Amino acid sequence: MANPCEVEVLNNALSGIGVDEKSLVSILTKSQNEHKKSMRKGCSKFFLEDERQFERWNDSAIKSLKAEFKLFKDVVVLSLMHPWERDARLFKKALKKGPPHYNVIVEIACTRSSDQLLGARKAYHSLFDRSIEEDLASHVKGSERKLLVALVSAYRYEGPKVKEDAAKSEAKALLNAIKNNNGDHKKKAMEEDEVIWILTTRSKPHLKVVYEQYKKISAKTITEELEVELLLKETVECLCTPQTYFTRVFDTALREDAKEDAKKALTRLVATQEDVDLKGIAAKFEDKIKERVKGAYKDVLLGVLADDRQ
Amino acid sequence: MATLIAPEHTSAVEDAEKLQKACKGWGTDEKAIISVLGHRNAVQRKQIRLAYEDLYQEDLIKRLESELSGDFEKAVYRWILDPADRDAVLANVAIKKLSPDHHVIVEISCTRSPEELLAVRRAYQARYKHSLEEDVAAHTKGDTRKLLVSLVSAFRYDGEEINTRVANSEAKILHEAVKDKEFNHEEIIRILSTRSKMQLMATFNRYRDDHGTTITKNLEGDSGDEFLKTLRATIRCLNDPKKYFEKVLRNSIRRVGTDEDALTRVIVTRAEKDLKDIKELYYKRNSVSLDQAVAKDTSGDYKALLLTLLGKED
Repeated sequence: MANPCEVEVLNNALSGIGVDEKSLVSILTKSQNEHKKSMRKGCSKFFLEDERQFERWNDSAIKSLKAEFKLFKDVVVLSLMHPWERDARLFKKALKKGPPHYNVIVEIACTRSSDQLLGARKAYHSLFDRSIEEDLASHVKGSERKLLVALVSAYRYEGPKVKEDAAKSEAKALLNAIKNNNGDHKKKAMEEDEVIWILTTRSKPHLKVVYEQYKKISAKTITEELEVELLLKETVECLCTPQTYFTRVFDTALREDAKEDAKKALTRLVATQEDVDLKGIAAKFEDKIKERVKGAYKDVLLGVLADDRQ
Repeated sequence: MATLIAPEHTSAVEDAEKLQKACKGWGTDEKAIISVLGHRNAVQRKQIRLAYEDLYQEDLIKRLESELSGDFEKAVYRWILDPADRDAVLANVAIKKLSPDHHVIVEISCTRSPEELLAVRRAYQARYKHSLEEDVAAHTKGDTRKLLVSLVSAFRYDGEEINTRVANSEAKILHEAVKDKEFNHEEIIRILSTRSKMQLMATFNRYRDDHGTTITKNLEGDSGDEFLKTLRATIRCLNDPKKYFEKVLRNSIRRVGTDEDALTRVIVTRAEKDLKDIKELYYKRNSVSLDQAVAKDTSGDYKALLLTLLGKED
């Protein structure tokens, strides 16, 4: 007979983010049929009493378990991949999956350095015999097209030099473009040429100044103003306040009700960012990670995000 | 094929010494400068600059800038730069004009290979502390801006793979867009700025086969519309760059004054690439050799340099 403790261990091993491989191994190596039967009876989250008197796996539980087991594999594969191949494949996958996943395209295009983004474009040529911009331009049909194509095509200047005057007038131009389109439901701000060229050609330091200037002339920040246009909001966030973006990814992924995509976002961040900022943010979530994440996946997260990693 | 005649084995140090001698003292020995630089390829020219810096602790380019003047100086300056750096300078000059030379931006972004265009973007950033695309965006408007920014940002697939289905459908789209003279700019810009060159050739050929006339013929119209002019230049450059350059040369010489900027630009940027083929096209079209036409329309050291780059034997 399984004792309540063991049932709880099993429950824990399969709950949360990732799976506790060690516990599962020890449970399985000790269990015989009777033992397993009583565990099944005890884990109502994972097993249902079938009308023909046997305990069957809960199908939807298996589905989520599959995703949890996959987390470790994904972080391994993604982490070992050459960054260029990785980003090219992430682009392709996001494009294939459609509009709800376009935020991944935004995330990559906006958080990589100019040369990293270029490398991803080269790898895309090798892997798919097309350029990323031609695939995006021909497959994205909606209002996001111009923005996405321009974002992946950027080769931003990375020096610190910023022209204050230009930043001021561009903040104003953005304000006008956003205000004009808040009422007009036919055209979104992300389709406005002014918005696009400012956000997709200016350097990141320049955009950070634009962001600050915007705060001075408007009651809200650009991101607050853009609540309705998620993709554009994320663009601005990733470019101007990446720490906010990273924090949100961690926060969402580590919640009780976190969805698969949220956890994938976490995996993506962990596998790809070597940002100093990221480690600082991760430190804030260390306790949550220890509490909610299990097994090998947890070990990878904590190991990669540790401050003294080489 | 290139027209430049450059010996295989040269000594950068000797060349640097010859140049220094040419600049020393009163006056300048322009002939010596032409005879050295006019017969060196990009790699060799770079080595000469390094050797000169090493020997004389001076930037050869700055020295030449101070010694020379006029069209000759402009030509030497453009010639001596690295190709990517040169294109960056040409682009910047074109952008900063009161009335920007859009066709120069088109030329650079459409006739260079994808890797070359990347090198230009890097060189531009190094020189001007801005990205090429942000400067283009800041100095242009409307649909012309959309087209040009897309063109300079492109990193086209450079392989041979083409998709005939896509060629068919996009030839149709282009035709629809062009037919009623109501240009659906978004689609045209998308196709022209993202597709690979091979793919575009297939599309243009399909267009010609389907409609009996080339797309450029169908675009002839009021030359007043800036977007239309830029669009035509784009399609010409993508479709048949050599023919495009022949036309630029023809126009630069034909005018009542010569357009030295255009003449210098084409000769300097193509001398190591395909100027020979362009010369053949020029002769076919005009029944007079390019060399003759240039000799008739220019003079002095400027003429001597151009003719040397055109392949004149010393």
